[in-house]
Amino acid sequence: MTSGSMGSSPRRPDGWAKVTGTFAFSSDLSMPGMLWGATVRSPHPRARIVGIDVSGALALEGVRAALTHLDVPGAPCYGLELRDQPVLAATEVRYEGEPVAVVAADDPDLARRAAEAVLVTYAPLTPIVDAEAAARGEGEAVHAGRPNLLRHVPVRRGDPNVEAPVVVTGEYEVGMQDQAFLGPESGVAYPADDGGVDLHVATQWLHVDRDQIASCLGLEPERVRLTLAGVGGAFGGREDISMQIHACLLALRTGRPVKMVYRREESFRGHVHRHPARLWYEHGATRDGRLVYVRARIVLDGGAYASSSMAVAANAATLGVGPYRVPNVRMDSYVVYTNNPPCGAMRGFGAVQACFGYESQMDRLAHACGLDPVELRRRNAMTTGDLMPTGQVVEGPAPVAELLRMVAERPAAPRTTAFGASGGHTTRGEGVVRGVGYGVGIKNVCFSEGFDDFSTARVRLELRDGRPVVTVHTAAAEVGQGLVTVQGQIARSELGVPDVVVAPADTAVGSAGSSSASRQTYVTGGAVQAACQAVRRQVEATTGEPYDPTALPRLLARTGAVEETVRWHHRPTKGLDPQTGQGDAHVQFAFAAHRATVEVDVELGTVRVVEIVTAQDVGRAVHPQAILGQIHGGTVQGLGLALMEEIQVTDGGIRNPSFTDYLIPTIMDVPQMRVELLELADPHSPYGLRGVGEPPAISSAPAVVAAVRAATGVELSRVPIRPHDVVWGAGR
Amino acid sequence: MRVTATVNGRVHSAEGVRPTESLLDLLREHLHLPGAKNACEQGECGSCTVYLDGETVCACLVAAGQAEGREVVTVEGIGGGRSSSLQEAFLTCGAVQCGFCTPGLLVSAHALLARCPQPDDRQIREALSGNLCRCTGYEKIIEAVRMVAEGGSR
Ligand code: FES
Ligand code: FES
Repeated sequence: MTSGSMGSSPRRPDGWAKVTGTFAFSSDLSMPGMLWGATVRSPHPRARIVGIDVSGALALEGVRAALTHLDVPGAPCYGLELRDQPVLAATEVRYEGEPVAVVAADDPDLARRAAEAVLVTYAPLTPIVDAEAAARGEGEAVHAGRPNLLRHVPVRRGDPNVEAPVVVTGEYEVGMQDQAFLGPESGVAYPADDGGVDLHVATQWLHVDRDQIASCLGLEPERVRLTLAGVGGAFGGREDISMQIHACLLALRTGRPVKMVYRREESFRGHVHRHPARLWYEHGATRDGRLVYVRARIVLDGGAYASSSMAVAANAATLGVGPYRVPNVRMDSYVVYTNNPPCGAMRGFGAVQACFGYESQMDRLAHACGLDPVELRRRNAMTTGDLMPTGQVVEGPAPVAELLRMVAERPAAPRTTAFGASGGHTTRGEGVVRGVGYGVGIKNVCFSEGFDDFSTARVRLELRDGRPVVTVHTAAAEVGQGLVTVQGQIARSELGVPDVVVAPADTAVGSAGSSSASRQTYVTGGAVQAACQAVRRQVEATTGEPYDPTALPRLLARTGAVEETVRWHHRPTKGLDPQTGQGDAHVQFAFAAHRATVEVDVELGTVRVVEIVTAQDVGRAVHPQAILGQIHGGTVQGLGLALMEEIQVTDGGIRNPSFTDYLIPTIMDVPQMRVELLELADPHSPYGLRGVGEPPAISSAPAVVAAVRAATGVELSRVPIRPHDVVWGAGR
Repeated sequence: MRVTATVNGRVHSAEGVRPTESLLDLLREHLHLPGAKNACEQGECGSCTVYLDGETVCACLVAAGQAEGREVVTVEGIGGGRSSSLQEAFLTCGAVQCGFCTPGLLVSAHALLARCPQPDDRQIREALSGNLCRCTGYEKIIEAVRMVAEGGSR
């Protein structure tokens, strides 16, 4: 086996640059003669724009441009699914922080002062902030002429009126979570000789950015060239446009390179968040705890613009009863426009909100049936061949019961942990109680509902100084997950060549699709595999000899450089029936289970997570160490959702846009984490692998909350849990 | 204004530093040392951690002018000896994903190992509690520091 191939854990090729400070993140870029851009943002969640006066900004020495909606040469709006979001607001602003103008100046301070000098006159309107009213079709329209209901996804299965002897109901709420990647939105745009523009930017999907930029600039896509700059984390928050179009507009207008870097506060306002949700569930079961039906209603607040809301609503609906066998389902998932901050993709994408609802219900049901929560789940766990509520057959391994068994059978968390018993508490002893909770979740991998989901890989095999070298070129965004490493591993395995170079990702090669939906190792991995195999075939066809890595110096001397570009699709999916929600909408399902152990100080309401055990089926562990990294990181984001992370919104305004007030877990908040992997090959995916990134972020929050409930007996129906929820609940 | 400081062992002078600029701006924009990162610029994330006269500070909270005549060491300057093994350990253990937190964490961990060559897990956590990481869940970061600490005792 070629060293560094699949199944081993070679080092990241960008690793040394990252530990020596030389890796160029998008915020590190600079060019000669570069200007700095800044954005003028609305202070109102909803207002009519009465006038915009940029003369004050332009009067400042060193300010080179101040642009409004009138300066957008192409389409005025962009968007992932609906083009409903203005590049710069024209007549109305629909959320607090919406861009109204952009400026470019000689230095960043001056750019910020110029932004402040742009005079925008607003006539504030009462913001529309009630998502449930919007779902009922009540209230004024956020977008004139369009209903506030963006999408309703019904799923109907079985008998709608069936009854059951044991019924539990619950109403749940999920707060607005933020991706809180550390690297701020940033990039540099510079004008090109052909009238086009080049942009180096941190993003998740170069081509979909390019297409939106080109459309708004009124340029052919070929004249807009994007190169991936170093990405400081993404988690869904870079799937939408932020500063991309603005920087390009300013560069084309000034004829100079323009850099934009968001500050943290601007970042909190400048990207979409996880949809906050309200969920109503009714579970009916037999006395021995077998599910008869689930009825549910989920309302997701999409905020001011659509982003990927429609797909989020479909995920919540189709995955909304969890990894369980349920013969009768009546599910309604709604996503609406409001004047709250726009919401879109975040790791887990609709499955996270639903999982908090259905897993809370499974615990209630276990209690009602007098069953252990693991046993109740085991009795209902889906397996291969079962039907989703959409009628889709679950193909391939679905080891839900097995994953639960794996986390449940781990020895209990030790009483005294390595970092002491006092972390997070000021008292010790009587006030501190311990609890254990479980969660299991399901996630679709890749894009669904008939989306044309593919990736493109170009692989070149040639001799350099007499040695065979492989170059892999894709547009796939490395966002930290380790895709660059995996591409090299696949090429080494397929071609038997140790020297593999992964070229920088850019739009000079075809689209790779998004680094989201846990899909890149699957889809770009599949494309790299296919391109490598095409290269092998070409070597064989040209030389008439079987491909042999040890003979490559001789074979390639005859063939010259061999290069193949392959566009690779996963199996097609289908749309959902708009009335019944039936359809084979997903290509692959992924599962993980968590067991959380917590200690709660019931007097202070503080929670310390002592241990989290995760079990996940990864199909095939391409890079075992990177998989652990995904599981640790995803699990901790779920812990954050359970205990601390929430964008607080009042009347449409964000109250906590800083790391002082929006808390993400620190090293003191994270517990010991134990991980168990299953590798049950999926017969349909490349190498049998299963998407890894999202499942661990889905069930960890419900497991932590279940553990807090078990410790305190308090009915917690909202995440994040606030200390007063525990204290007041315990006092009741 | 003009600021002169010793950075990573070399005397650097920067002209045209604005009074509003921080040590982080001085390093990143004037001296072209972008290793220290800018995740929050308000002292909350630790991504900008550097040494100032041997003490670790958040460079975003120090005015550029305060560095005048003083000694600064950044991630670009901590290589060599035990810090190389720290950098190696971060890579060996998989403690680097996106890497945006990495420079600050390396400087904080470097400082910990300098004052406490064999820290236990609790000391590691306390020393790194000012450094946010959004990708790794910290597990592999702890493992990497532990690896160097244990290596030192051999
Ligand atoms: S950038 Fe200095 S602490 Fe965050
Ligand atoms: S590796 Fe991305 S923030 Fe730490």
